[in-house]
Amino acid sequence: MQDTKQLVTIKGTRDGLTLVIDDSCSFEDALKELENKLSTNRPNKDEPVVPVTIKVGNRYIEDKHKERIRHVIMDQKRFAIQSFESDVILKESAYDLLKDSEVKIVHRIVRSGQVLEETGDLLLIGDVNPGGKVVSTGNIYIMGNLQGVAHAGSDGDAEAVIAASYMNPSQLRIADYISRAPDYDSDGVYMECGYIDEEQDKIVIDRLQVLSQKRKSLNRFERRIING
Amino acid sequence: MGEAIVITSGKGGVGKTTTTANLGTALALMEKKVCLIDTDIGLRNLDVVMGLENRIIYDIVDVIEGRCKLKQALIKDKRFDYLSLLPAAQTSDKSAVTTEGIREIIKELKQEYDYIIIDCPAGIEQGYQNAVAGADRAIVVTTPEKSSVRDADRIIGLLEKEESIESPSLVINRIRNHMIKSGDMLDIDEIVQVLSIDLIGIVMDDDDVIKASNHGEPIAFQPKSKASIAYRNIARRILGETVPLQSLEDETGMFKRMKRFFGKTR
Repeated sequence: MQDTKQLVTIKGTRDGLTLVIDDSCSFEDALKELENKLSTNRPNKDEPVVPVTIKVGNRYIEDKHKERIRHVIMDQKRFAIQSFESDVILKESAYDLLKDSEVKIVHRIVRSGQVLEETGDLLLIGDVNPGGKVVSTGNIYIMGNLQGVAHAGSDGDAEAVIAASYMNPSQLRIADYISRAPDYDSDGVYMECGYIDEEQDKIVIDRLQVLSQKRKSLNRFERRIING
Repeated sequence: MGEAIVITSGKGGVGKTTTTANLGTALALMEKKVCLIDTDIGLRNLDVVMGLENRIIYDIVDVIEGRCKLKQALIKDKRFDYLSLLPAAQTSDKSAVTTEGIREIIKELKQEYDYIIIDCPAGIEQGYQNAVAGADRAIVVTTPEKSSVRDADRIIGLLEKEESIESPSLVINRIRNHMIKSGDMLDIDEIVQVLSIDLIGIVMDDDDVIKASNHGEPIAFQPKSKASIAYRNIARRILGETVPLQSLEDETGMFKRMKRFFGKTR
């Protein structure tokens, strides 16, 4: 081989193939080499479909580039792209990530008929009165009385939790789960939290202290980064 | 320059009109010049409570549509000169009243009167918008019932959005102490805690209030009635005096005494 350095390296792992595309060459060169490599290492017809993970290192790949890589790889019919892994993200999405991971602090009373909507975690200093509603894509922490409706993880994050100093909600919602207050008058509880219990497949209310066990990665930023 | 106070509640039937009439009367009794405005177009009854129904010639819609001067529509109270009433229209089209129209009227009245008290219609639609348009402060009336507290909460939320109005004050009306004691009625602390605004007065449930308003004589004219004292206390607080809240216990004390008088013992 004349090339001093390979632009595309293929590694076999337990979970399938990992394609490492060098991040210092031009995309066109890398694509060309990928095409060559795949045409020489043609898998047998009777082999099962191999999942492929594509690692692009410090290269940001746009959707149209992804599409082209996909096109080249799918051409062989024996591969299925599992994921693209890039070490870099756009500033824009970094900001979004930051926004989602920040705790929004809101200082007000959410009164009957009012809706407070936030992205990311919400720390409400004040009450949610009966008939009021708080919605957040992340966790909801309320330093005050929760007597209305709280909806955490409104984008579908079932890991989200709702915590309140005084909890007597008319409804708790986490992702797609809804639980409502009993039909009899209840007194409410102090310093408790609601989360989805996987075993019971419903929202349960428990002491705040259990959160450290049930939701070990409450630190949102790291969690979001890991989950992509 | 006078001050415009809107009396509102969200829910109907909690005593907005009664409160308007009595606060107006109580303030006038303290020699303040007071004008009452009824903004409940189509369902006017402030004039009935004040006993001035038969004196109406023009109403607020006539003023807004320019059929008469503001002065012509004002009705002087039959009992004393300090109090005037601007009645609502009974028949005219509701849409005639606009926030600008009301604002104009209140601006004009402020030159002449110390207090302009606006009786707001129930609900949160246009009628409410009109009533709060020209107000400087608001008094929210509620009763110790869940539904009326809920609506009061809603109204307070809306009032907080009005920039010209300072933080509203709360009147809890129709308190029945024996029901609070038995736990069948929300207690005052509970209501104040949920609504978290300043409590400016509490008024006991009192049969005399209904009796008085049926006679077209606001109860505030009667010197001894408990409700009358309550309304006059609120008026004093509006003027900035510090007046302690009426005690609930006193009432039961009186009840007990009366029961004892009639030979009933528990």
